Amino acid sequence: MTEQLPALQILITMLAAPVCVLVRHAKVSWAIAFGANVFAFWVAWQLLLQVQDTGAIRYALGGWAAPTGIEYYIDTVNAAIVMLVAGISSVVLLYAYSSVSKAIPKAKHYLFYAAWLLCVTGLMGIVITGDAFNVFVFLEVSSLATYMLISFGDDRRALTASFRYLILGSVGASFILIGIGFLYAATGTLNMIDLAERIPDSQSQRAVLVAFSFITIGVLIKAAVFPLHAWLPNAYTYAPVAVTAFLAGTATKVSLYVLLRFFFSVFGEDYSFGQLFLNGILLPAAIGGFLLMSLVAVFQTDLRRMLAYSSVAQIGYIVAGFSMASQAGLAAGIVHIVNHALIKASLFMAVGCIIYRVGHAHIPSLDNLFKRMPFTCVAFMLSGAGLIGIPLTVGFVSKFTLIGAAMDEGWWLLAALILISSLLAVIYIGRVVEIMLFRQSREGGQASTGMAEAPLSMLIPMYALVIVALYFGIYGSETLGVANEAALQLLGGFK
Amino acid sequence: MKLYPRQRHRVLQVVTKLLVPFVLMVGLYVQFHGDYGPGGGFQAGVIFGSAFILYGLIFGLQRTREILAPRVLHVMMSLGVLLYAGTGAVTMLLGGNLLDYDALAHDPLHGQHWGLFAIELGVGVTVSAVMISLFYNFASKR
Repeated sequence: MTEQLPALQILITMLAAPVCVLVRHAKVSWAIAFGANVFAFWVAWQLLLQVQDTGAIRYALGGWAAPTGIEYYIDTVNAAIVMLVAGISSVVLLYAYSSVSKAIPKAKHYLFYAAWLLCVTGLMGIVITGDAFNVFVFLEVSSLATYMLISFGDDRRALTASFRYLILGSVGASFILIGIGFLYAATGTLNMIDLAERIPDSQSQRAVLVAFSFITIGVLIKAAVFPLHAWLPNAYTYAPVAVTAFLAGTATKVSLYVLLRFFFSVFGEDYSFGQLFLNGILLPAAIGGFLLMSLVAVFQTDLRRMLAYSSVAQIGYIVAGFSMASQAGLAAGIVHIVNHALIKASLFMAVGCIIYRVGHAHIPSLDNLFKRMPFTCVAFMLSGAGLIGIPLTVGFVSKFTLIGAAMDEGWWLLAALILISSLLAVIYIGRVVEIMLFRQSREGGQASTGMAEAPLSMLIPMYALVIVALYFGIYGSETLGVANEAALQLLGGFK
Repeated sequence: MKLYPRQRHRVLQVVTKLLVPFVLMVGLYVQFHGDYGPGGGFQAGVIFGSAFILYGLIFGLQRTREILAPRVLHVMMSLGVLLYAGTGAVTMLLGGNLLDYDALAHDPLHGQHWGLFAIELGVGVTVSAVMISLFYNFASKR
């Protein structure tokens, strides 16, 4: 049984999707989706334990051994990320039932949950596969499902947002496919381990260079790294909030993982950062991202849009960690992938609670919200504190390691800039908190109607994430330990 | 898209009625002969679907929908995927890896044969359903 875990990781959610379409019942399909996701989370957990016990797992699909067939390759890096994806998806799905029942017509629920399951399957598949072409296939599975999920938004602008993401996402996916094609031309293999062995000796280094450029740009689009983030703000704003919480915690994170896998494992650190000077591209993109996007976030009036820009900024921190190409930097990036996923998912869930009761997320009209929805506001503030990086929150753990890593490199300016952008986070989170807590409501405002909290089925999953985030903020060494191990494995290449 | 109403284009209607069964036959032939000759689930699904699309172009969307309701197409799409993924699950239950068809029969050759037969059938059913439902959706837009 245990040797079949890598296949079960994706098989159960994939089987559950068509079953959802067949039953055509809102509640039953939700239950199926939730059950499949919890099972996937359990499998991911078992895989992480097994990987830490016995080292990397290789699983040959169809019994065809590695270079011939497709294989799944699992080490600490992807076991941790796949557990994150399955975990966030399960918690948000628990939350989604109430949230979605108001936003989407009941007759379409089964399609919504089927699309969700396909999206999770694709994301988990991207992470655990050890085959470059398989990455593209799962990327398409998850992307197509994502476009569908975004277009479920009740605002008509959700359709244009989804279409915009479809165009840019397809450009990104085609670039990745072209890159993989060039790699195949240069080396004659698609297996990642095989690629890593053959790339240095390849006769056509120019094809490898072209492949590297295409894959880099393609993945940077999918990960919404700063100048290529144009699809993200609208998609996050107009999608159903549960979908946004799910995507913010998983989709861009998985693309960042692909970046790591290709730069460090397939091409190798010497090639990407030694010969090609990749940090000349990554570092300015990261700095521009976290400074400019934090600044843009300050001036947003829609809470979802503000958090969307803040997401682009936080991706900047992660990329800044990667661009150091040192163990400390990588560990900081990986730990922030996990931490930011927890923070942003719970923040968007809080926004979902607000929209459920208030009907909108227009920041200036949220005055005195604390009186009406105290629990939601407390959750928002706790996660917001994490976004800023106040000690005892997860944000502090990742920023502390990131700044430490920057200082190890002697990049003092970067450390200073990270601190400045944290101040910007204080402004944009503080502004919302100030309005929620202290601003007296104007005439015709929505205060003084007594308490009207979101239903427990939304509050409990939200607080589950908040508490997990607090736990990892206080016991930061647990996530950092896994991240350090993952960084070592990435720098060491395939075993 | 304006579709031809009934009672006109008698020649096209008669020719279509004659052709459709043969197109369906070719679809099934490509499906089930795929393991010996050129063919397979995707091609077969497209050919099979094209028979319905031809019928729809000549006799109108309404009549085609009476023959094959969109709801049935939904079921077909999901059943095809289920058949493919289910084959993978069965191979795992029989002790092989995912989609390791050797586990399906005592003789690996037969196992591979049966496994491919099952997954290609899944692909065929899904692809034909998707083709027809794409046609329905585009044709019903004004």
